[in-house]
Amino acid sequence: MDFQIALLLGQDGITNGAIYALLALALVLVFAVTRVIFIPQGEYVAFGALTLAALQAGKLPGTLWLLLGMGIAVAAIDLALAVKRGTARRIPGIVGWNIVYPAALTALLWLIKPAELPLAAQVLLALAVVVPLGPMVYRLAYQPLAEASVLVLLIVSVAVHLTLVGLGLLFFGAEGSRTPAFSEGNLEIAGFTIGGQTIWVVIASLVLIVTLYQLFERTLYGKALRATAINRVGARLMGISTTMAGKLSFLLAAAIGAFSGILIAPITTIYYDTGFLIGLKGFVGAIIGGLASYPVAAAGAVLVGLLEAFSSFYASAFKEVIVFTLIIPVLLWRSLTTRHVEEEE
Amino acid sequence: MSAAQPILEVRDLCVSHGKVEALHHVSLKVEAGQIVTVIGPNGAGKTTLLSAIMGVLPHSRGEIAYLGHAQGEIEVERMVAQGMTLVPESRALFGEMSVEDNLLLGAFMRHRLGHRDEHATMERVFGIFPRMKERRAQMAGTLSGGERQMLAVGRALMAKPRLLLLDEPSLGLAPLIVREIFRIVADLKKSGVAVLLVEQNARAALQIADYGYVLETGEVAIEGSSDQLQDDPKVIESYLGLGGKH
Repeated sequence: MDFQIALLLGQDGITNGAIYALLALALVLVFAVTRVIFIPQGEYVAFGALTLAALQAGKLPGTLWLLLGMGIAVAAIDLALAVKRGTARRIPGIVGWNIVYPAALTALLWLIKPAELPLAAQVLLALAVVVPLGPMVYRLAYQPLAEASVLVLLIVSVAVHLTLVGLGLLFFGAEGSRTPAFSEGNLEIAGFTIGGQTIWVVIASLVLIVTLYQLFERTLYGKALRATAINRVGARLMGISTTMAGKLSFLLAAAIGAFSGILIAPITTIYYDTGFLIGLKGFVGAIIGGLASYPVAAAGAVLVGLLEAFSSFYASAFKEVIVFTLIIPVLLWRSLTTRHVEEEE
Repeated sequence: MSAAQPILEVRDLCVSHGKVEALHHVSLKVEAGQIVTVIGPNGAGKTTLLSAIMGVLPHSRGEIAYLGHAQGEIEVERMVAQGMTLVPESRALFGEMSVEDNLLLGAFMRHRLGHRDEHATMERVFGIFPRMKERRAQMAGTLSGGERQMLAVGRALMAKPRLLLLDEPSLGLAPLIVREIFRIVADLKKSGVAVLLVEQNARAALQIADYGYVLETGEVAIEGSSDQLQDDPKVIESYLGLGGKH
């Protein structure tokens, strides 16, 4: 291997690593707040990319029907509960978010021609379709089981993952999609070419990570999420409801996933089930961080990206094997070095 | 008894842990601006009582009326929104967050309801607990036992409660600090906060309380004004030890 190839592989590894890092952060966040190991994280990646591709192809994305359907299901459950508990003041919010918003978005996408809009507007529309699916999935699949054990929640995650992958095949078919790059051209530094989209991915990931950091350090709602992760009972006693924290963390996870998918769609062809493998690599990063430390998870995910890139050069047939085998020494090291701490109730 | 409506009225409350009934037909009352204490031995159901009032645990029978309204099925968030705050025995602090962030989160529900006075309230809390101001940037998990209790009470005060539920505030603290905490609780009464105080340290609790209940094996065994209780031979024998009233 010469220097040129090493640089090329490094660039590849960092690009993928940045995406894995975003997904690792989402996984740590969801686990810390809700104790859910969020296997369907990767589905938001595929949904984000494929929804954007559908909009660009002038089609209404299938995820829109999912949004409408899940909205009706959530509204039906929450309205029945509101009537039973006599909390009529909640009705406008329930109808607004779950019925009016999806219907208005459908009408908007039907009236305007998204294919002719600038890319930034298409990206925002794709996010507007996919991101609200996060809290809806939480409401339907996890909220009724909020007190269940980590294992039960994991089983639910597997079910949600299989359902969403199946729906993805139904909505988008078995064909893969690729979207145009955010900008034309590459950057030349000292005779070495860096892909334009690589720069977009790395910068957008860094901006998103800094934004998340600010959210958790500076805003009251971000602090409320951290508080829920640290001491669930204490947070409830402050009036931070477990449901609100759960929905908020799923909203962020869906946004991170969908945005990651949109970032990599110009680099790799995305199929309905591509997200799973990408999500799993983010999960390896999250495991390196012990599902608890954000910086270690992000660094671990970048390491996964680099390892993947270099093993694809030396032993391309074994690159997935090498990446996933990384979990074993990490788990050994973690189980030998960390003390198990009982959750304070 | 004053003519005004009690701030909290518990009637005939039963709470079960699985098949075991931990509270049997407990009734009690807290009038506005009163300190009411519940004393009794370990395992008598004192913590269960506070958890049920706050809505952390469901109750199987009876009724809880707060601010004159029967509450039906109790939700923690709704009680917090109505100005009831619980400081649990475990303190339930956010250990990996700063003292200041812990306090800010105490005002979370007020902020959500549209009040934007958390910084003024924090200055008031710093007035009551000057040590919290010195330690505002320190992680809550690194505080001493007494400071942790001060932070837990301070965080509860950030919600500007009308009724404060305190579970064993003296637990594990040195006598000097216990005295300071109880002095602060007694001062709260002057600012119009009603307090329901659960304590094993009966002597300290009765000294600042207006009214008291003795809870034994899930039932109210004795109740009366704190003067009556401090003179009651059974209370003296079981809970105050030699010396009785001071």
